[in-house]
Amino acid sequence: MSLGLPWVTAWIDDTVNVVADNRIRLIALDREIGDGDHGENLDRGFQAVKAKFEALPEGSTPGSALKLVATTLISTVGGASGPLLGTAYLKGSQALGDATELDPEAIVAFLTAARDGVVMRGKAVVGDKTMIDAWSPAVDAAAAAAADGKTCSEVLAAAADAAAAGAVSTEPLVAHKGRASYLGDRAIGHRDPGAESSSLIIRAAADAAAATEK
Amino acid sequence: MKKLINDPKDVVDESVEGFGLAHPDLVTVSPDPLFVARAGGATQGRVGIVSGGGSGHEPLHAGFVGYGMLSAAVPGPVFTSPTPDPIVAATVASDGGAGVLHIVKNYTGDVLNFETAADLADAEGIRVVSVVVDDDVAVKDSLYTAGRRGVAGTVVVEKCAGAAAERGDDLDAVAAVATKVNQNTRTMGVALTAGIVPHAGEPSFVLPEDEIEIGIGIHGEPGRERITLEPADAIVDRMLGPILEDLPFTSGDKVLLFVNGMGGTPLVEQYIVFRHAARVLAEKGIEVTRTLVGNFVTSLEMQGVSITVTKLDDELTGLWDAPVQTAALRWGR
Repeated sequence: MSLGLPWVTAWIDDTVNVVADNRIRLIALDREIGDGDHGENLDRGFQAVKAKFEALPEGSTPGSALKLVATTLISTVGGASGPLLGTAYLKGSQALGDATELDPEAIVAFLTAARDGVVMRGKAVVGDKTMIDAWSPAVDAAAAAAADGKTCSEVLAAAADAAAAGAVSTEPLVAHKGRASYLGDRAIGHRDPGAESSSLIIRAAADAAAATEK
Repeated sequence: MKKLINDPKDVVDESVEGFGLAHPDLVTVSPDPLFVARAGGATQGRVGIVSGGGSGHEPLHAGFVGYGMLSAAVPGPVFTSPTPDPIVAATVASDGGAGVLHIVKNYTGDVLNFETAADLADAEGIRVVSVVVDDDVAVKDSLYTAGRRGVAGTVVVEKCAGAAAERGDDLDAVAAVATKVNQNTRTMGVALTAGIVPHAGEPSFVLPEDEIEIGIGIHGEPGRERITLEPADAIVDRMLGPILEDLPFTSGDKVLLFVNGMGGTPLVEQYIVFRHAARVLAEKGIEVTRTLVGNFVTSLEMQGVSITVTKLDDELTGLWDAPVQTAALRWGR
């Protein structure tokens, strides 16, 4: 049981759609504690990724395709989420090397490197009310599932469930990073838009895995 | 929402194109990647200065491109920092062989994208030094926030650093001037209403009719408290108090007093604010030796103002007075 390039292309397809579908909702979440551009920025970035994927170079591997996602996001999204999410895909893609088929351990290595990349760039920790609150539990859940001998799609499903719970867990928090940190106690009661979008993206990875695992 | 736009997606491109057409003597516009550079290109042997950030704050930053101030400005999407690519392109276009200073407002997105761009420019053999502006006293600088924001004081940093570059200072000296201005500048803002981001079509935050937000950043993000609307003088007192305590400013100081409109507040109100601020400073024995009033760092059509006070010594006074020729600031030339 493994995942290959079809997983990556299906993941990107799903992400493009889910980001477009949630554009307004993410803008609304961001207006509450940020400045209201998160959905717009992500949509612009993934539309650019979609265009790049329509002409994916021959011989692309999961790693090279995900690196293309990284550079495209960094050069189109802007704001804080561009460099942060771009770094996640960049570091994650590097962890995959030239592999054409990914086993559960490779998926865990990808998610771990992605999470570590976001931490390196944004210097946030769990509880700061950022996308790390989705990524970090997702990595932990994926590692636990892989250690239990689960398949790739099961590993990613566990990650997606944990990321979704992580996004919800940001609601009672005070923000310590990013623009929401200026709100102090007034950020309490609002879900972090970055954690929410990360949760949507990881859910798309799990859905794509379920559809393409062989 | 009523706006004079065509398609929300085209707002920044079309506005910058219009800016270029309006000021062909001052700037040239690169459409892709999008940046605004001085007409005539980089000045050989002079330090280049590049700034930028989200659009919606006009005239910041393109309005300050020209003789004695910025070499180039990089406008991002509305309220969103630009990506590294156009920052690198603007940096390359601004290099006259003496390196380039990046002036960055302390917002997470601006800092991350300019950091990445500086690394990439460095890889192309251009020496880049970055100075992060964080003049906003409304936010506590602690481990638990992203730190003080860069707000209207950015204009003073860009003006003085630009004058230093124009007189031929080397890169480290220009950066030292920018750092010195930042260290001597404090700002606080207030919002009466929110701006409307074109692609959102709704106010970027909700403020009831009789309430105001004290200590806002340049997108209206809050900093201190939300209170019921008061007379202008009382609001000025709430803003000036924290500014004067923070540096601190003391009797005998010479200062620049800068009242900045946020886009939706008319000059008649800005001068009422200036009047009381100048009186308060005079009462404290602080001498206002230079002044600036108007819309320089805006937040779309947000109603509100910010007050900036910069402590001036002879060097900074001279750099402030030095000739400048840009779309938004022009004197002595």
